[in-house]
Amino acid sequence: MFQPTPVDLRNRAREGLVRWLLLGLTLVIILPVLLILGVLAWKGTPALSLEFLFTEPREAMTAGGILPALVGTVWLVAVALLASVPVGVAAAVYLSEYAPDNALTRIINLAIMNLAGVPSIVHALFGVGAFVYFFRFGTSILAASLTLAVMSLPVIIVSTREALQAVPRAFREACWAMGATRWQTIRHVVLPNSVSGILTGVILEVAHTAGETAPIMFTGAAFFVPFLPEGIHDQTMALSLHLFIISTQVPGVPEPVPFAVALVLISLVMSMNAASIWVRTRLRRRKKW
Amino acid sequence: MSTQDRPSGSPGDAAAGPPDRRDLAWYVDMGVRVLVFAGGISAIVFIFGIFVFIGKEGLGFLTGPFRPGEFFGSTAWRPTSDYPTYGILALMAGTASVTGLAMLLAVPFSLGAAIYIAEFARGRTRETLKVLVELLAAVPSVVWGFVGLTVVNPAIISVFDVPVGLGVLNSGIILGLMATPIMTTLAEDALKAVPDTYREAAEAMGASRLQVVVRVVLPAARNGLVAAVLLGVGRGFGETMAVLMASGHSINVPTSVFDSVRALTATIAAELGETADGSDHYRALFTIGILLFVVTFAINLTADLFLRGRGRR
Amino acid sequence: MVTGPAPPAPVPKVSARGLGVRFHGVPALSGVDLDVAPREILGIIGPAGSGKTSFLRAINRMDEFIPGMEIEGSLSLDGRDVRRFRNLYALRRRVGVVFPLPVGLPLSVYDNVALSPRLSGVRGKDELDGIVEKCLRRAALWDEVRDRLDTLGSLLSGGQQQRLTIARALSQSPDLLLLDEFSIAVDPVTTMRIEDVLRELREEVTIILVTNLVQQARRVADRTAFFLTGEMVEVGPTEALFEGGARDPRTTDYIEGRFG
Repeated sequence: MFQPTPVDLRNRAREGLVRWLLLGLTLVIILPVLLILGVLAWKGTPALSLEFLFTEPREAMTAGGILPALVGTVWLVAVALLASVPVGVAAAVYLSEYAPDNALTRIINLAIMNLAGVPSIVHALFGVGAFVYFFRFGTSILAASLTLAVMSLPVIIVSTREALQAVPRAFREACWAMGATRWQTIRHVVLPNSVSGILTGVILEVAHTAGETAPIMFTGAAFFVPFLPEGIHDQTMALSLHLFIISTQVPGVPEPVPFAVALVLISLVMSMNAASIWVRTRLRRRKKW
Repeated sequence: MSTQDRPSGSPGDAAAGPPDRRDLAWYVDMGVRVLVFAGGISAIVFIFGIFVFIGKEGLGFLTGPFRPGEFFGSTAWRPTSDYPTYGILALMAGTASVTGLAMLLAVPFSLGAAIYIAEFARGRTRETLKVLVELLAAVPSVVWGFVGLTVVNPAIISVFDVPVGLGVLNSGIILGLMATPIMTTLAEDALKAVPDTYREAAEAMGASRLQVVVRVVLPAARNGLVAAVLLGVGRGFGETMAVLMASGHSINVPTSVFDSVRALTATIAAELGETADGSDHYRALFTIGILLFVVTFAINLTADLFLRGRGRR
Repeated sequence: MVTGPAPPAPVPKVSARGLGVRFHGVPALSGVDLDVAPREILGIIGPAGSGKTSFLRAINRMDEFIPGMEIEGSLSLDGRDVRRFRNLYALRRRVGVVFPLPVGLPLSVYDNVALSPRLSGVRGKDELDGIVEKCLRRAALWDEVRDRLDTLGSLLSGGQQQRLTIARALSQSPDLLLLDEFSIAVDPVTTMRIEDVLRELREEVTIILVTNLVQQARRVADRTAFFLTGEMVEVGPTEALFEGGARDPRTTDYIEGRFG
């Protein structure tokens, strides 16, 4: 009945072409990740062993393992989260549940956006000026973790706020109408229904924090520390900085070693990401309203 | 925690009137309100704190050895020489060339990918692509730098037959890849924010999917797309480790994409560890920090204005 | 004017004088003078946009949660000005509200009904079980959910969620119950059962029933008020109003279905 006109045919051909072109562009930005993972796995695996993961570096970091760096990264991330999650979640709860629509709230939102955009090296300068010297924490896990915490704060605020906002307002109104205070409403209805969303954001931020290098270079992570940290006032090695150091500063490192370090770091980060995606898809599947 | 007296008496005990005492629940709520408010203003406190602490150190330089003509006009960054000069022109050129090339490479790919994911891809394909873009965003910057060093470097050497592969091209490619996921995600958000009614109206008039995208969706999403690109620029501009490792790190106003350069961020990262607290050199690095802070602040503010513009339409 | 010592009149449950409500400066209701006696059922009828819902919102001070909502004039509960309450939560706990659209909270059916008693400090399992069963029975929902008290309230059907909402309002053991067009989301049979419950509750609770069904007011209410375009046209005993005793011709027109 409806014969396609020449114009229709031309449009259809053009659309097909554009479609493939766009898919091509998409693949070009995605292939590198797969390529990188492949190269790191291929070149790093030979150096990877349990001994590599669980011993200390020897012979000016040209041999031995990465245990202190691995443990140091865990310390740095854990202390950073202890600082940033309570503050970030509190801020998100304020913005989502209490904040009136006024000038202060707009300024807070602007500050969050800008804090998220501050370059990591500027955070490092802030950490040096504020935590290392002004508060006299020295170069320590504490100073480095606090620097990381300030850096991850905006991300945690934004992801938590999104998770809170995903709970429909009608539930809040029903609670308020019963005479529940705002806090009772948050505790009994809003938080229980947004906790997996909050968790998704936090896990993602763990991954991000674990990979950061610039903010910890001058605040607490060190070139080489021959022992494991015992407290937050110690300096420590970190996986990310270790990768930077052995690939640029130390001569005579066997080629597979930095690849293995990079492989461990990226596996750590990727598994965190995978965990976050897993939590999120589970969350989507389980409908609660 | 959240206990208080049961509303007194049986229902209908009207003569008693509703109790109007501030009970425990009231005070707990007020306490929480104060606590979360403190969290709420933390972002302001930290932005202000960053400005104060960096400004404090930088001020010592600005009121001391700082000469605007030299600082912005000279390519001589020799903070450790006997007669130190603090010219950041070459560093600015380094940052600008690397960021510029990165954007040249990343913008078309990011926007293309965003359009594909938002307007053409469906169902499982779409979810898979989104997850892969997220994975791209997850790669730490030091790993990107390492890739520049060990993968892109030899590739450039063999493809273009040049002696060194570290420079504008290498760090431009790396930075481009790093800026891509954020631009793609934000651009996709901008496209998704265009109401479906626009698309349906255009399709009802017989427009093809492509025509709908080009004539309706893209113009409607323009502000959001501009904001996405701006935030990508901010990301590239502020990137440190990857540029430090992939740019060759020599002070140079580049004349070709194969030239080695040094970026503002990388300079701080490379030199801060060697300076003494309170020295002119130390303070000069903080002054560069002020510059970085102010420029990213301006970029973010502009992006925010564009996003607000989107809200009004 | 009454002079000399008057017999102590009972304090009205709700008393409005010159009550008005504005949203972002636009009046939705103005100049309402109305007393609701303890343990009566007041029906409020009127077409959409007549200010019925605004009246309910003012009583439990929902203006705190609705940006741009302002209350003017005076409004008191048990002789106490609702705008002078120091603890609004205590006010709202005495006032049960049922909105037109049902809201089952994403908690188990049991927890939906137990939430308010728990927040008020009831901890004993037996006591909670008793409250839950009593409220669900009264809301005509018990038989349908007694075997699945652990399903999510938000996943019940619309009609069940509305009865759950009513059970929740009853769980507050309110002495004032506000219902806003509750029957919109409920089938006619259930509506009838809930109306029976309301008549029973009349022994203990004051009820204000905003309804879009004129006949519902006739079936349930002791007195009925007619609201139109933000004003109260008149209020009188239901029987009188429906038997042609309305003072204002607009009331008769509305009741007889000539507009609305």
